[in-house]
Amino acid sequence: MRTSGGRTTDLASENRLTGAYLVVALVALFGGVLTGLFQALEHAGLDLYPWLTPFIQSYYHGLSLHGVLNVLVWTTFFICGFLPFVTAQALGLPLKSRPLGWVTFWLMTGGLVLAAIPLVGNVATVLFTFYPPMKAHWAFYVGLTLVVVGTWLVALNLVLTHRAWRAKNPLARTPLPAFMSLVTFVLWTIASLGLAAEMLFMLIPWSLGLVGGTDALLARVLFWFTGHPIVYFWLLPAYVSWYTLVPRQAGGRLFSDPLARVSFILFLILSTPVGFHHQFTDPGIPEGWKLVHAFLTFAVFFPSLLTFFNVVASLESGARARGGKGWVAWFGKLPWGDPSLAAQVLAMLLFAFGGVGGLINASFNLNLVVHNTSWIPGHLHLTVGTAVTLTFIGITYWLVPYLSGRALWSRRLALVQVWFWFFGMAIFSNALHRLGLMGMPRRTMIGASVYLQPEWRSVLPLVGIGGTILFVSTILYFVNIGLTVVASREPAAVEVAFAEALSGPEHAPAILDRWGLWVAMAVVLVVIAYGPTLARLVSTTPLNAPGLRVW
Amino acid sequence: MRRGTTIYLYELAWILPSIAIPVGMLVALIVTAFGAGIHVPGDEGRVDPTKLAVTSPFDQPGVFEVGPGRYEARMVAGTWFFAPNEIRVPAGSTVTFVATSKDVVHGLFIPKVNVNVMLLPGWVARVVARFDRPGEYPFLCHEYCGIAHHTMWGKVIVEPRS
Ligand code: HEM
Ligand SMILES: [Cu+2]
Ligand SMILES: [Cu+2]
Repeated sequence: MRTSGGRTTDLASENRLTGAYLVVALVALFGGVLTGLFQALEHAGLDLYPWLTPFIQSYYHGLSLHGVLNVLVWTTFFICGFLPFVTAQALGLPLKSRPLGWVTFWLMTGGLVLAAIPLVGNVATVLFTFYPPMKAHWAFYVGLTLVVVGTWLVALNLVLTHRAWRAKNPLARTPLPAFMSLVTFVLWTIASLGLAAEMLFMLIPWSLGLVGGTDALLARVLFWFTGHPIVYFWLLPAYVSWYTLVPRQAGGRLFSDPLARVSFILFLILSTPVGFHHQFTDPGIPEGWKLVHAFLTFAVFFPSLLTFFNVVASLESGARARGGKGWVAWFGKLPWGDPSLAAQVLAMLLFAFGGVGGLINASFNLNLVVHNTSWIPGHLHLTVGTAVTLTFIGITYWLVPYLSGRALWSRRLALVQVWFWFFGMAIFSNALHRLGLMGMPRRTMIGASVYLQPEWRSVLPLVGIGGTILFVSTILYFVNIGLTVVASREPAAVEVAFAEALSGPEHAPAILDRWGLWVAMAVVLVVIAYGPTLARLVSTTPLNAPGLRVW
Repeated sequence: MRRGTTIYLYELAWILPSIAIPVGMLVALIVTAFGAGIHVPGDEGRVDPTKLAVTSPFDQPGVFEVGPGRYEARMVAGTWFFAPNEIRVPAGSTVTFVATSKDVVHGLFIPKVNVNVMLLPGWVARVVARFDRPGEYPFLCHEYCGIAHHTMWGKVIVEPRS
């Protein structure tokens, strides 16, 4: 039983559901970082793969596991557990359909197991992007598709829950945490249509032998239709925490609730019609359309800057309330002793570098320097690998105690973990960025490569050192979380308390709560940005590239 | 409740530069794309990946002089090779790479001259690079293409002008 918004609602079932998602997410993260360690060591010259057979049969088998477990499973399962939790808490309502909630969880977990069998069995060593004509076992595609269908059901449940709330509160603004959660899932539902089409119309029939060939470009266009906005599906839940929980953890208030809503609406509208920025170097797409997507990519930078400002101003309000002074000195007055807050502020700090790097990736012609070099994994470990992952870790530092009713086993260990991650990632990511500028390709078993350049050798050990520090950090994390659940004796004193705002929801124009308009704008932009290219590719595709197993 | 003017001013002081920065970067991008003539690959049409051996120009991979100081490298990529894997041109040459893949997705990456293009089966890729300095320019496949992906490479050898 807990109180929320003056009402008392029993959310025990929602809490168990969140816990279930969290368990799957954490198991995936463990597999993800373990395989990451082997990759980092391989780059540093320590090839452990001969000892890892039969579990991991090659560098690329491990890399496929690494990508899928980290960015497809860990993120998705965490989000599907966390956002419904936040929504229920913020609305003070249970999920509209609890049975649907559980069916969804088991559907997603079943899909995951189905995809994991070929993946673990080395018959889906196609990396997390599974570009055809490289061909995996059909169960891999079907399993992942079931996971996506599951996310749509999560979206449905959230929409129904919001409706139930709206019926009782016809005039009020949707509470910010629920509003943001809904935007995230609506955005994802639109975005995932590309991936769903790729799976249903191309990869699944082809892997089952019903059609003879594929079209590499059409598949890539559909993949990146989803592949860019998926990063917002990962990132926005972290923003939910930064906007609605972190300000309070910092002892302050959210600076501006209306501005937060505006930036989320902009993400909803702008984050899908930009996928060609992953395909600047692809043949078959006219340069003009690539430029359109580059243009829209810069437009998404606007809500990102709004977020940066709003979140930093909120942190500052907390630090000043705690006696912080000066232009930057206030930063030291944040409650750094709270591992949840420390994790998330450090995640933001590294994310700032990730944002600058992202602008370079998006810059069309600069992209020619970095595309498919190790600069890209350097970048993505700052964004999804830290801004998202370290924030989620920070969230679990209060969420796991809250759900289990047991206090965090060791606050100090958690702080060590967080700082290890920060320094480990700084070393690791910096090294990969530099190697990328030296022309080192990504997705490559560098230690065994025939073209290893002498100048790379001086930097490669840093990949191994940074990666090892990161791995140690995650082990500390799992030990702490594990002991919290099994050994912690102290009851948890955690409350889910959302931040108040200096400028609150009552200042948000009513139009921001009008979904139809924003969804329509998003769809129109997608049709403009993708329509002509997709229509041309679909109408002319010979589907003539036969599938191959090349590993 | 009235909204504090300070908050409003702060918001505005941030919103305006937040618009100006991306717009400024976009202008820089357009200037370099059109002014400096730095291009990304465009649409060069399809080719049947199962019939490369009988489809011009991929039936004859190799390097061809197409004008004074201008060469065309017709390349086929496959698991796990480039044909040709050695390209010799004199310093100061402009080389147009016309390439495709005969099986899975590959890439063609020549770091020092910023040749960076995906080679997709079924699609023709075309990029242009200028080689001024004599020396060796390794080119590598930079998309995962199977178990021996890290062995897939070749080099452009730029010979001094005599
Ligand atoms: C102990 C921590 C980690 C280490 C040591 C590590 C190491 C690495 C290395 C060395 C690569 C480059 C492989 C290559 O390009 O050949 C890589 C790729 C990647 N990592 Fe990590 N990683 C870690 C954690 C994470 C996390 C937490 C995430 C995301 C949540 C993540 C997501 C990815 C992705 C998406 C790729 C690209 C995979 C691909 O190209 O197919 N990693 N990782
Ligand atoms: Cu993107
Ligand atoms: Cu290749």
